[in-house]
Amino acid sequence: MQKDIRRLSLILLFTPFALWIVLLIILPHIGMVILSLREKVAPRVYEYGLANYIDFINEPIYWNTLLRTGMMSLLVTTLALLIGFPIAYYIAKIAGNRTRGALFLLCLIPLWVSDLIRAFGWILLLRETGVVSSTLVWAGIINQPIEFLYNDVTVVVGLVYTVILFMIVPLVSTLDGMDNSMIEAGYNLGGNGPTVLRRIIIPYAMPGIVAGCIVVFMLTAGSYLTPILLGGKNSSWFTEQIYDQFITRYNWESGAAFGFLLLAFTSIVVWLGLKLSGQTLSTTVAKS
Amino acid sequence: MAQRKNPAILFGYRLYVLAFFIFLAAPLLAAGLFAFNDSLFPTLPWRGFTLNWFFNDTEPQLGMFHDRRLLRGLYYSSIIAIMVSVLSVFVGTCNAFLFVRGNFPAKNFFYILMVIPLVIPGVILGISILVLASSMANSVENAFDIDLGMLRPGIFLVVLGQFSFITTITSLVITARLKKFDETMEEAAFNLGASRIRVLRTVTLPFLFPAMFAAGIVSFLVSFENFNTTLFLVGSEAPLTITMYDRMVKVGSTPVLNAVSFFLMVGSALLALLSIVAQRDKSGT
Repeated sequence: MQKDIRRLSLILLFTPFALWIVLLIILPHIGMVILSLREKVAPRVYEYGLANYIDFINEPIYWNTLLRTGMMSLLVTTLALLIGFPIAYYIAKIAGNRTRGALFLLCLIPLWVSDLIRAFGWILLLRETGVVSSTLVWAGIINQPIEFLYNDVTVVVGLVYTVILFMIVPLVSTLDGMDNSMIEAGYNLGGNGPTVLRRIIIPYAMPGIVAGCIVVFMLTAGSYLTPILLGGKNSSWFTEQIYDQFITRYNWESGAAFGFLLLAFTSIVVWLGLKLSGQTLSTTVAKS
Repeated sequence: MAQRKNPAILFGYRLYVLAFFIFLAAPLLAAGLFAFNDSLFPTLPWRGFTLNWFFNDTEPQLGMFHDRRLLRGLYYSSIIAIMVSVLSVFVGTCNAFLFVRGNFPAKNFFYILMVIPLVIPGVILGISILVLASSMANSVENAFDIDLGMLRPGIFLVVLGQFSFITTITSLVITARLKKFDETMEEAAFNLGASRIRVLRTVTLPFLFPAMFAAGIVSFLVSFENFNTTLFLVGSEAPLTITMYDRMVKVGSTPVLNAVSFFLMVGSALLALLSIVAQRDKSGT
């Protein structure tokens, strides 16, 4: 009797989980892959094959865009780590008890502001008639307004801005759990700053670093608004290609192939990252 | 790092942190403050303070609270966000019990399956759900000649799309809380003769409530600001982010968008604070 109840409640609890994962994650992705293997040869006539993927390989614009998206996402991830780590360390280890909470909160609030509003803010600051340009003209540093938008540097800055909090938050929680005496011990044993950082702090923070990097990389590679709004028409971001195929050209088969390629590409990068750092998904992202 | 360092380096470090927070705040300030500039364009110079971009009811300075399309977007966003929060907190709570209390084969594998939606790019969740829903709708239409409108882009699909990854967030938040629960409290209640349902209602769920509440607010906020997944699933009932994006691309930036930004920033900051307060209560108990 007791055992039957247990089994029944397990089934009852498992049902919503299974419905969610099967209907909204697994089946849609299978559907996407099947669609990507289909090619329209005539109205209402389809053939199965790798045609959409062959198109992708034969058209340099497509795979250049994917490579470019990947490289820029790696760059953004690296920058976010380099800029964010000292901030996280400051919040977790150097700030006093009271300022720590306040700084962490300051970090969290922009997290809840939409990408759209953040990109909009950057546009107002950086465009030709924007705050930065007109302030520089007013101060006499430049003679005429400069357009800071629509170049790669701005896109990278905007992307780092959008994702950096997802790097800082896991880093702060990992570093927070680190015992200060470990750092003390490192110094007492004669290590200097860089040695302590390399031999003690970074190995300890590794799960947080990897978790932050995975989330930041995925968010960057899958981002749509920031590259489009800050980079303009020539931002050549891969998600833009997907949107283009789906909505503008109504070529769903090819759009699905692009979607699968983006997913495969990002998954491979994340998998490599996990292998190289010796971590797993459950020790990093799932740990909260 | 800076423990044995001289004051000059510590000062430099503080300056860096300060510069970072200015970097963090600058675009938000720009987006918010121009809502109060009495000008037709969100640019310098400053032409004086006004609340017209919120409350004025005539063109050309039509305020956000009189702008029909923006208000409709706000309304749809709220409806979608409430549905997503309720659904994802419910499933997240079930998942928490499943993974903390349940014993079943391949539990680790299923746990990873639960986390995966969070690392799938939002664009791909959007298109894959769109593809499946459309092909289901097409098959039904061909076989039975019925048009299943709910499987076409619209509110229902937007809710499903957002729910598909927000549930991971709620599950993680509620699981973390349930793990801290002391099961002897339930045993005590059983020993005192309480039924299973009663224990759940009077002991376990009240303990979980702060986390469920915080998870609900987080889902509400994430749903409200979501763009990537929504973009592919949206029908004629466009939520606020889509309406704003359309306006930005087609009309260009006008200060009414700053007014909406200000409104959203204040709203989400308040909600985020509320969720932090709710979470904080737990450390006291």
